[in-house]
Amino acid sequence: MASCKGLGGEGSAPAPHVLAVDDSSVDRAVLASILRSSQFRVTAVDSGKRALELLGSEPNVSMIITDYWMPEMTGYELLKKVKESSRLKEIPVVIMSSENVPTRINRCLEEGAEDFLLKPVRPSDVSRLCSRVLR
Amino acid sequence: MAATPMNQLSALVNNMFATGLLDEQFQQLQMLQDASAPDFVSEVVTLFCDDGERIIGELTKLLEKSSVDFDRVDAFVHQLKGSSASVGAQKVKNTCIQFREFCQQKSRDGCLKTLDSVRTEFYDLRSKFQTLLQLERQIQGFYPK
Repeated sequence: MASCKGLGGEGSAPAPHVLAVDDSSVDRAVLASILRSSQFRVTAVDSGKRALELLGSEPNVSMIITDYWMPEMTGYELLKKVKESSRLKEIPVVIMSSENVPTRINRCLEEGAEDFLLKPVRPSDVSRLCSRVLR
Repeated sequence: MAATPMNQLSALVNNMFATGLLDEQFQQLQMLQDASAPDFVSEVVTLFCDDGERIIGELTKLLEKSSVDFDRVDAFVHQLKGSSASVGAQKVKNTCIQFREFCQQKSRDGCLKTLDSVRTEFYDLRSKFQTLLQLERQIQGFYPK
């Protein structure tokens, strides 16, 4: 199983805390499981609004991974709010989508997203994120 | 081969793959189940079945209206497509893709026919998932963790 070797574990720094954002309960469960199996500490929320509430109270989020299409606030809108905040802008944001739309992908990357994953997300995607985003 | 719960489970899952009901994403879920998450597959499958039932109910109501809001229909189908893909429900996912095309065309007849297909496929899958979970519970009863 893919894992972020060298992160967490005995005698080392605490496991990185990932905030997973997805309005689908199924996708939240799958994503949280993949992240936990890769030794991340995970908080999963169902909306951009809840994500921002948590980010306001939780100081140590290492990465945000968010679905693109969500009601009320899209992942892109969440990305923009994070990048506009002086306190939050350094947190890497990864966007997920079930649709491979190049204009959407480019827009997110231009807005500062670290990566764009196609759903369904797999353990190998998370392993790739470890090496690129959290090193 | 004796019809033990383990053999029955294996035969059922193999059949679901062979008939295209499931794809390899389901294997990814099975690989995520371990001692730290012994009920993971059961939990995700249950979430999918509850979610699918809710969405099919919403789609039925929306398509009964005299004036169909195809954007809302498409949004619900998108949700079902997404959760199907996440659990490896290949047939349901593929029918949702067709469904979205009828939404784009604003074809009520096309949507209604495809909703029937989605409903049939979803309930077939749900029934097999229920059998699968029953067999898993029996196996866990024989081999408690």
